[in-house]
Amino acid sequence: MADIVLDKVTKAFPDGTLAVQEFNLEIADGEFVILVGPSGCGKSTTLNMIAGLEDISSGELRIDGQRVNDKAPRDRDIAMVFQSYALYPNMTVRENMAFPLKLAKLSREEIDRKVDEAAKVLELTALLDRKPANLSGGQRQRVAMGRAIVRSPKAFLMDEPLSNLDAKLRVQMRTVVSRLQKRLGTTTVYVTHDQTEAMTLGDRVVIMRAGAIQQVGEPQELYDHPNNLFVAGFIGSPSMNFLPATVSDGSLHTSLGDFPLGERLRSRLADVSGDLIVGIRPEHFEDASLIEDSIRQRGAEFEATADLVESMGSDKYVYFTVEGEKASAAELEELAADAGSGDLPSSGSNLVCRFSAESRVKEGDTARIWVNLDKIHLFDPSNGRNVTLHEGRSSGVSA
Amino acid sequence: MTAETATEKPTTHSVRAQRKAKARISEGKRQERKLGWLLCAPAAFVMIAVTAYPILYSVWLSFQRFDLKFPDQREFIGLGNYATVLTNEYWWTAFGITTLITVVTVAVELVLGMALAWIMFRTLVGRGLVRTAALIPYGIVTVVAAFSWKFAWTPDTGYLGNLFGEGAPLTERASSLAIIMLAEIWKTTPFMALLLMAGLALVPEDLLKAASMDGATGWQRFTKVMLPVMKPAILVALLFRTLDAFRVFDNIYVLTGGANNTSSVSMLAYNNLIRGLNLGIGSTMSVLIFIAVAIIAFIFVKLFGTAAPGSDEGGRR
Repeated sequence: MADIVLDKVTKAFPDGTLAVQEFNLEIADGEFVILVGPSGCGKSTTLNMIAGLEDISSGELRIDGQRVNDKAPRDRDIAMVFQSYALYPNMTVRENMAFPLKLAKLSREEIDRKVDEAAKVLELTALLDRKPANLSGGQRQRVAMGRAIVRSPKAFLMDEPLSNLDAKLRVQMRTVVSRLQKRLGTTTVYVTHDQTEAMTLGDRVVIMRAGAIQQVGEPQELYDHPNNLFVAGFIGSPSMNFLPATVSDGSLHTSLGDFPLGERLRSRLADVSGDLIVGIRPEHFEDASLIEDSIRQRGAEFEATADLVESMGSDKYVYFTVEGEKASAAELEELAADAGSGDLPSSGSNLVCRFSAESRVKEGDTARIWVNLDKIHLFDPSNGRNVTLHEGRSSGVSA
Repeated sequence: MTAETATEKPTTHSVRAQRKAKARISEGKRQERKLGWLLCAPAAFVMIAVTAYPILYSVWLSFQRFDLKFPDQREFIGLGNYATVLTNEYWWTAFGITTLITVVTVAVELVLGMALAWIMFRTLVGRGLVRTAALIPYGIVTVVAAFSWKFAWTPDTGYLGNLFGEGAPLTERASSLAIIMLAEIWKTTPFMALLLMAGLALVPEDLLKAASMDGATGWQRFTKVMLPVMKPAILVALLFRTLDAFRVFDNIYVLTGGANNTSSVSMLAYNNLIRGLNLGIGSTMSVLIFIAVAIIAFIFVKLFGTAAPGSDEGGRR
């Protein structure tokens, strides 16, 4: 077990592209850190640099206080789980798991003991004599994990280990991974493009975009206080709603209507002028008829026609189309492209609201909607910065 | 109409309809099968004409005493020719030479081919050029290449002729065999490399990464991860090359003409059949070569489990 420190780690490819730029991160001993971001953001490259599978162009990587930039992967004493599982097809499950131990020249008895122990933890005992070709996806995934844990390495690196599983199994395996990590207490760096995995698994989450860290923090912190548009749009499902807005005369003008600026916003908008983007999470809307008077004055109300109502049982997702200009910023375009919705035709902005299940709103109804103004975020479209954050918070870019 | 007849009638109807449906399905299937045969027919016909017929004809010839120098003495003698050939010293010498050439060339080609495949696979700069250059020997007609080797090793005029001092290398048995094997290896290593390169492409990159994370050295990655995964491709390459090498002819024909006991079984069969005009003995030798090749193929396919690349998942057994 060990801590991992990335000190201005940079990866430049021969053609000049910067895959990772000045990556600074201190991963504490036993911590579970998630690297998350859209494809091509450099998260896998970063992981491969920690593993030693990619050279580090500049900067320093320290594991357990030791500089390991020039050490071969096998000398770093870290284990890795691959998205493809990378099981050796010619070996049985037992041989697969014993492989790193055999290479480390452990005695036969010790190898057997460790493999049996790991197999027990991962419920693989009955499968030890099978070949990978005869295992299901979930079983293969567990064998891959088993091969990583048998040698009790200093750290685990996981490269999208659950991405090849179907949705239900993925949720199940998520808890397996989480429990296993807690039980072993081994430092873990986990790469995923799935924000749900990032939110649920990690002690801390690192959000990356185009080779640079956007924000590092605990999942809830990232959700509640996103540094910028990108983080705000990336974290959360359904994602945050964005609308263009302007500020004047102490009120916020949006296509939903004019909202009064509360004390919280007014103090931070003192030196901000011009166009803004307002970000509102789906759960910060509510059916106005269900709002108690005690909290009603914290927000504002407007009317819109529901396009679509999805009842999830516990809540209702209600979709509205808001006429007028769409919020536009480089970050939002990138997020849309990553989600594959960049070229969906639509007039105006789509608004997703999460109402409580008691709401009686139906498709085609004109609903009265309450929005919690305490929870809205305002972003500067030119640089994506969240202008509603405390000064102290917004500087936490590379914690 | 009573209820009984009403229920009865549909039953008989439906049975008949079912039968009809069955007949219709099998009719359709029969048509499909017929079409299949028709589509195969041209290929099957050509195969029978150029492969099956000559093989069967030479088997038929091998059971006869049939020497075109003495056509009157033609008669059916059963396995007599086989007894003659299999007790003949020349046959076994040629068989030994052929086996030696086969084993040595295939072994060397496997090693060199693997190295060449690796180079072709890993080359990043000028990949097309490297691959083309590596394949040139295989693109040259064997006889042409054999002649150029012959000239190269000719004393005084050849550029390799005096490499090992005085004397003509192609006039001694050991050096002749070495030169024959060299020519064979030079020519077919690229072919081996090509087949092995297909095998290299079967090894997932992640597997090698995983192995290096697991602590394997470069050599261990090669022997414990790559080779087992490549096994199907390697076996196919070995099978092709072994069968090919066992029929070695052109190089020997040009380089030594079989002098100094350097004949292969193919050379011997050719000498008896075409030069000696002994159709009986020559055909017998051809049949024996055919049987030997069949045995080699059988060993590879049945004992080593060789299969076409890709059809085996590697380790599924």
